[in-house]
Amino acid sequence: MATRQELQVQHKRELDKKEESTIPARAFLPTADIYETNDALNVVLEMPGVDKSSVDIHVEDGALKIEGRLDFSKYQGLQPLYTEYNVGNYSRSFRLSSKIDQNKIAAELKDGVLSLVLPKVEEAKPRTIQVK
Amino acid sequence: MITAFADPFDALLSLQRELEARFASDWLHDMTTSRGPFPPINVFQQGDDILALMELPGIDKNDLQIQAQANTIRISGRKRVDYSNGVSVHRRERVSGEFDRTLSLPVQVDPDRIKAQYRDGLLALFLPRAESDKPHSIKIK
Repeated sequence: MATRQELQVQHKRELDKKEESTIPARAFLPTADIYETNDALNVVLEMPGVDKSSVDIHVEDGALKIEGRLDFSKYQGLQPLYTEYNVGNYSRSFRLSSKIDQNKIAAELKDGVLSLVLPKVEEAKPRTIQVK
Repeated sequence: MITAFADPFDALLSLQRELEARFASDWLHDMTTSRGPFPPINVFQQGDDILALMELPGIDKNDLQIQAQANTIRISGRKRVDYSNGVSVHRRERVSGEFDRTLSLPVQVDPDRIKAQYRDGLLALFLPRAESDKPHSIKIK
């Protein structure tokens, strides 16, 4: 594979909602990276345009739900001339496979990238088993 | 490079998109010219001036270069996605790499008064229209 691969635009996938929201806003799935370390599950989501105060993170019944709202007031008085990407809120949920310590979830939002660290509970951490 | 985990329908859909992008490429487009389609851009009019917004989440400001001439703007840089060693990756959707895009604007802008702002993963370029390009009303004597 070429080392200087040109970046391609990722088309935003729209969220399929089970129930409709009261406001007719569109919601998109933020692109996500999920990786696991020995101690924690890390979830990284790209939500450009979302600031710290507009992010909601819930863990309920083994499901992680992330919502990011956009400040549409910034778009007031702007007349679109040419558009290539959709603008909307972000929403995505994941079913968590391993047990997560809900009290210790850490979140950081920087430059539109939300990084979540979900620490595993002690009994879910991997153990090395010695063969006798 | 780690290959992305994708289901076959996803792969098929992206193949179709790529084929369609060949037809709908910017080759003969009258608005923007580009070397690459990344980053996606939205262009707005704000009074007389132009505001261009680009989605560039997770970019280091030092990795971003913006060059401007009379009516072309070049945005180039590098997007990095780092993992620490020894992690097991479950999902890999974010893209990383280099990008280089040149925009041609239908109006002349004042390159000295261009302002760029990078906030919350959005790059905003304030492009003031050049005085010489603004329409002048002519009085009939």
